[in-house]
Amino acid sequence: MAPFDNLLHPGSLVYFLVFLLIGMGFGAILEMSGFGDSRKLAAQFYFKDMTVLKVMFTGIVVASVLIFLSSSLGLLNYDRIWVNPTYLWPEIVGGLIMGVGFIVGGFCPGTSVVAAATLKLDGIIFVLGGLFGVWAFGESVGSFEGFFYSSSYGRLTLFDWLGISPGVVILLVTLMALAMFYLAEIAEAYFGEPKQAISWRPRNTLKMSAAALLVTACGLMLVLGQPSPEDKWARLQSNWSKNLTDREVYVHPGEVLELKKNASIAVRILDVRSEADYNLFHIAGAQRFDPAEIVNSATVNRLVSAPGNTVFFLISNGEEASTLAWKGLKASGVLNLYIIGGGINKWLEVFPPEPCLLAKAEDKSSGHGQFPYDFRYAVGDQSRAAHPDSIRPQPWLKCPEITQTDPATAATWLPTSRWFAPPMYEKKVKLQRKVAVKGGCG
Amino acid sequence: MNGNARPYLNPYVGGALLGVLLFLTFFITGGGLGASAGLNRVQVAVLDFLAPAHVDRVGYMAEMGGGSRNPLNNSTVFMLLGTVLGGALSGWSNGRLKLEIRKGPHIGNGTRLILAFIGGFIMVYGARLARGCTSGQALTGGAVLSAGSWAFMFAVFGGAYGLAWFLRRVWN
Repeated sequence: MAPFDNLLHPGSLVYFLVFLLIGMGFGAILEMSGFGDSRKLAAQFYFKDMTVLKVMFTGIVVASVLIFLSSSLGLLNYDRIWVNPTYLWPEIVGGLIMGVGFIVGGFCPGTSVVAAATLKLDGIIFVLGGLFGVWAFGESVGSFEGFFYSSSYGRLTLFDWLGISPGVVILLVTLMALAMFYLAEIAEAYFGEPKQAISWRPRNTLKMSAAALLVTACGLMLVLGQPSPEDKWARLQSNWSKNLTDREVYVHPGEVLELKKNASIAVRILDVRSEADYNLFHIAGAQRFDPAEIVNSATVNRLVSAPGNTVFFLISNGEEASTLAWKGLKASGVLNLYIIGGGINKWLEVFPPEPCLLAKAEDKSSGHGQFPYDFRYAVGDQSRAAHPDSIRPQPWLKCPEITQTDPATAATWLPTSRWFAPPMYEKKVKLQRKVAVKGGCG
Repeated sequence: MNGNARPYLNPYVGGALLGVLLFLTFFITGGGLGASAGLNRVQVAVLDFLAPAHVDRVGYMAEMGGGSRNPLNNSTVFMLLGTVLGGALSGWSNGRLKLEIRKGPHIGNGTRLILAFIGGFIMVYGARLARGCTSGQALTGGAVLSAGSWAFMFAVFGGAYGLAWFLRRVWN
């Protein structure tokens, strides 16, 4: 299933050629549409020549319909493609500044490159000005980094924002574009030189059939819908079910602890147990998710837009619930996703809690998926087992049988005293890169 | 010479071709089209040649060309190179490859070139602030329905239309 970005290794000849060819197509299409001519571009803003609007919105609608239709048909995994992250205010302010630059200079960056390539001197000078602009940005961005990273919403799509299906959004976008094309034709006839008679009724059958085709494609997309996490798992499971059967994604608690100490890796533990179990005991920093809620698009978006060095670990009492959540999240495109093998039971076995917290000795006879440790009260993460990497004694624990004044027992607080057996495990976590190719402007 | 130039493509046909190309780009690479990131890397490469220590010190540039990193070994640079080649080939085969200045009838060449420089400066500065230009944000982000890209698109058109009236003598 597309995209095939895993075949594109930076520096290889294929990588070079693929992007060179894409660029050539891009440059040729822009040139053939007349985008090398600043007067034609600027005429857009005087309603004389609406080519910019027509080309851009036709391009957006056609690409959009093809992308989401191929996603509906299971040919393309939308979760794996680059969606420009939303930084709302920087984008709006940057857009306004660009609008000013557009009308002053007569180009946008892409079109100026094409103009320069066809030896338009104003295009060449614009590119030169652009190089100085980008340099000035690099020098100055440090002084307003707060704004540059403000209003960040991650991978926010119009359909998530509006809470409607992608098909409906694309239908609306298509209808909006068609309405704009209709108005653009009228504007060109009215403001253009020479003035033409306005035809209020569109007569061109070719254009009408193309419009009908686009709307039909939107309809088809609405009928098919977008694949659910279950559909995606069904399509993709051949890639990953081996990871589960070979237990490649089941990680030993010791490795989780090791990675938590690694400053270049951000560990996030996703706890999919019930709230009662979570309150009773959870690993320090673990966040609880309802297993039914974890594959909804809002959660998935937050996980997908996490920094590239994030490793996620799912944990449940045993492995059943976490494996189910793993399948859903994996199919939704969450990278660097692992399961803590044996769940919380194994964790507590490796990193035993203070004996005083337990009402009775551990009962190993209780079955898988159950929480065998009977904590005296809900300790949350207030136990040494919750953060075995902590080097400080935890004075908030009131254990009657351990007093901190007694040096012999106080020593048992410290990990240096090895209150847990140094775990032996096989390293399984391999940090996987995010989609390597961002939008050309990423 | 303009008499030899072939007419431009019908905008809807051009747009449809652009849409198909954008789709194929996503289908193959998982990413979209763009130009300003390539320009950014060219700039960093030039500066890295002139003042490598400075590139290492400025965080935004060091990310691309700091230390032994080669800012040019990046997909956006190849795409930019392709855009230049594709544009030149198309211009040449359609009789539009010609050294000239395109401007409104009421301004001189000097004014046009100064405005082009200023416009380019403002444009690409804004593009980096918005994390993408008309191709990388509006077109690419618009097609995958990124909410921010749509806000961006309306801002670009808003900015240009808002100022167009004041600059009408430049273009008409």
